[in-house]
Amino acid sequence: MIERLGGLWAHLQALPVFWLLLTLCIFQLASLLAKRSKGFPLANPVGLSILTLVLVLYFTGTSYQAYWAGGQWIHFLLAPATVALAVPLYQQQERIRSMLSPLLLTLAGGSLLAIASSVGIGWLLGASPSSLLSLAPKSATAPVAMGIVEKLGGIPSLTAAVVILTGVTGAVAAPWVLDRLNIREPAMRGFAMGLVSHGIGTARAFQENNEAGAFAGLGMGLNALMTSLLVPVLYRLVA
Amino acid sequence: MLSGFLVLLAFLLAGDIAGYLFALPLPGPVLGMALLLGWLAWRRRPPPENLRTASMGILQYLSLLFVPAGVGVILHLERLQREWPAILGAVLAGTLISVGLSGLLLKALRAKREAQHD
Repeated sequence: MIERLGGLWAHLQALPVFWLLLTLCIFQLASLLAKRSKGFPLANPVGLSILTLVLVLYFTGTSYQAYWAGGQWIHFLLAPATVALAVPLYQQQERIRSMLSPLLLTLAGGSLLAIASSVGIGWLLGASPSSLLSLAPKSATAPVAMGIVEKLGGIPSLTAAVVILTGVTGAVAAPWVLDRLNIREPAMRGFAMGLVSHGIGTARAFQENNEAGAFAGLGMGLNALMTSLLVPVLYRLVA
Repeated sequence: MLSGFLVLLAFLLAGDIAGYLFALPLPGPVLGMALLLGWLAWRRRPPPENLRTASMGILQYLSLLFVPAGVGVILHLERLQREWPAILGAVLAGTLISVGLSGLLLKALRAKREAQHD
């Protein structure tokens, strides 16, 4: 048995359940840390977990493919979770109806702004054209953003990275920005967070309360549609 | 819980099928959300208990579900090394500006509308 210990790591590394378990443990710890450090904004469970896992993979020389063999089981649940957003959304339907036209106008303005600001700033700072294309749909939920970029000939996996970074940024900083601007109503906070930082912003909004979460889900869903309409049109105008 | 989860998967599948048949630019899960919302609205009754349990159960862990895809950043370390100021700057500043202005826009539009109604 002892002589087999040397090969144990290589065995674990190829085991999907090892990466699945490690992801869950790290997320559990990160959530605990986030709770303990009450309100310290950089202690975001998603950001901390991703950073930790990237460091683990990097320093153990593990391929993303090997990690994905375990991680995909968690990733799969993202699809039914997106469908599940319909339930809190339905429960808020009267509030949504009462402010439908402000919501739709904000959607149009916010979606355009999210695309233009990231491409504009990236261009000013000298990002390459392929990076700019990957930045454009960054506020849309990952599968939509990846689909848009793929159709226009960009790099889908880079888009996924940028989208997640946008979500974590929104989850960490959006509550602070909205506080500074004195925007207190859960519906408004949630809608802005979901529109700009999709599912990760929505998860953060649910931590504030259910109403913010429902409006965030609405913002996310509507902006997925808006971004997939806007980006191809704007791309044809620019390129 | 299981029966509620079954409903979620059924609508997920329905969303995928609708997207395929009508060649829609939206992914299956987003279409599935729209279809489930339509069904709930059509029933005109509160969502079934099992669906509510399953939905709230899974949504409680929504942020965990993004972790594996996020770890994919590791595939782009080289590009990020080369272009990190531009990419990071665009994401950080772009996100903060968009969140702030979207919030302000919604607040202003709401206030204007309420003033009209008075």
